[in-house]
Amino acid sequence: MSQSVEVVGLYVRDQDEALAFYVEKLGFRVHTDVRNGDYRWLTVQHPEQPSFQLGLFTPGPPVLDAATAQALRAIVAKGAMPPLVLNVDDCRATYDRLLARGVEFTQEPVDRYGNVDAGFRDPSGNGWKMIQARR
Amino acid sequence: MPTSNTTPTAPLPAKATSRKPSAKAASSDGLSNDLASQDPGLLRRLLRAKDRMDAASHEDWPVPRLARVSDVSEAHFARSFKEAFGVPPHRYLLTRRIERAKALLRDTDLPITEIAFQTGWGSLGTFGRTFRDITGESPGAVRARERAAGHEPAGLAPARTGGHGAKPPSDLGRVPACIVSAAQRPGLTTAVSEKRRREAGDINGSTEKEIP
Repeated sequence: MSQSVEVVGLYVRDQDEALAFYVEKLGFRVHTDVRNGDYRWLTVQHPEQPSFQLGLFTPGPPVLDAATAQALRAIVAKGAMPPLVLNVDDCRATYDRLLARGVEFTQEPVDRYGNVDAGFRDPSGNGWKMIQARR
Repeated sequence: MPTSNTTPTAPLPAKATSRKPSAKAASSDGLSNDLASQDPGLLRRLLRAKDRMDAASHEDWPVPRLARVSDVSEAHFARSFKEAFGVPPHRYLLTRRIERAKALLRDTDLPITEIAFQTGWGSLGTFGRTFRDITGESPGAVRARERAAGHEPAGLAPARTGGHGAKPPSDLGRVPACIVSAAQRPGLTTAVSEKRRREAGDINGSTEKEIP
């Protein structure tokens, strides 16, 4: 395949906080972390998915004006950004592990039609579903 | 590194903590067009209260309990919640309960009394009345219609567990079930008691109190 999606970005309220969450709690790795003045391009990747990067970006200058940035921060904090899905082999075991690390779960693991899913949020308010697909 | 969920990392604008009367008036129609008027740190904590209602809509969620989750004063909670999410907290809770009740009616053979109990109502009468007010149909009619449309209950297991090996009750099977469920949530833009009064030309008034 010659084309693929390489980076999808999230808005986060604080890049250091997001980095700590995605790396130390979820087990992602830093892919790129470069700064240019106030701007910081930060992406992480899942260790089992090296071809894909998750961008952790703060809305703000120089890319966005202050009012737009504030509106985006509010939208993220309200949990109004679209859902994210993390595939896992064992939803319950992962739930136990992440819960012990202090991840804020919004839904305990539930069986639905042979799948098991749970829900959590990152510190900024982005909502994740964690799904163990039926085999 | 700061990892606390509740500590806002950006400096807060002073207006976020003490709202002016004019701002309140501007948002009294529930259509706040000033996205910057609420502090993101507060919104994140209000979201926590909404998440808790989502996770346990069958439980009682009086304002003091929700305010504690959000770490907001009781006096400010309901207004802040409505400004953030467009509906008062109690009404939001009702939509979640009705959403669950509809799923149970569709996907299980549980008696309606049991569904009322499981979704958080203390009495069958209140459940039926609220259900009709919100959906326009009685619980029994919804069940009959869903069955006629070909939605069979997912085996003998309750819908919450889905039934191992059962198929999702539609061709939405490629969409995460939890998200399908949210998509089928009833919209509720007017107070239930208000709607009932309007439709019935109600003289007795409502015995239920809507939290503002």
